[in-house]
Amino acid sequence: MATNSTQVAGRESPIATPQQRERPSELVIRTPVDIFENSDSLMLIADMPGVSKDRLDVRVDGTTLVVQGRMQFDLPEKAVALHADIRAALYRRSFVLSRELDTEKTEANLKDGVLTVQIPKRASLRPRKIEVQGS
Amino acid sequence: MFGRFLSSQNSLLDEFWRLQQEMDELLGDGASSSGGIRSLPRGSFPAINVIQTPEEVQVYLFAPGLDPKKLDVSIEQGLLTISGERQIRVDDNSTYYRQERFAGEFRRAISLGEDVDAERITATYRDGIVQIRLHRRESARPRQIEIH
Repeated sequence: MATNSTQVAGRESPIATPQQRERPSELVIRTPVDIFENSDSLMLIADMPGVSKDRLDVRVDGTTLVVQGRMQFDLPEKAVALHADIRAALYRRSFVLSRELDTEKTEANLKDGVLTVQIPKRASLRPRKIEVQGS
Repeated sequence: MFGRFLSSQNSLLDEFWRLQQEMDELLGDGASSSGGIRSLPRGSFPAINVIQTPEEVQVYLFAPGLDPKKLDVSIEQGLLTISGERQIRVDDNSTYYRQERFAGEFRRAISLGEDVDAERITATYRDGIVQIRLHRRESARPRQIEIH
């Protein structure tokens, strides 16, 4: 049933894999996400402006989905910051996935700084409508 | 990006910002760092960074998933105003667990000072970032004074 996965699907993981570790003082931007599911799949949409495809890393490590990306662009010489809402270059979020998700079939797409991750549910575990027999 | 301003040569400043960010998160309503009168609390959309070189001012809008044609950028007397709308389609057949991404209309203004040339502006959109470049007037640029 879809409802079984609700708590699990959106729970954030405190686990960081070794690959994710950066120098301790590096600031990380907590990527804002939308997470929702329908009967077929779970969707995660993340805002990661400034991240190009080659600097994006979406991985499933065991039951943890890790989304990470680094923005990159060249500042001109002699530039000074007048105002900076954004003071870090690294985006990262991770989530614990639940068993009914078929992570092998995860699809990710990046467009205009928006990452869309779709994880289908295993066919056998999708909710089925039960016909109620009546007299 | 902008990491250069926080590089190791400034590790004390780095530490300060990290502490401030933590405090902002704890207190929930940290004001934006520059202290400008039009600055908004952390998390406002779109986030804005501004840098200046001797020749120009560059404004970066962190505006992912926007149609740049629907973005309204104007400048008047050194005040840059950005307004627009980000539409996020909500799927009625889905169950939502998190909706953290900004949706709806937005408007932000930032003062760039008097020396930007409002006639010479270019804007590009790439990977969800709008980059606006404004030339500074010649008279406002720092000049090297030669001593004879």
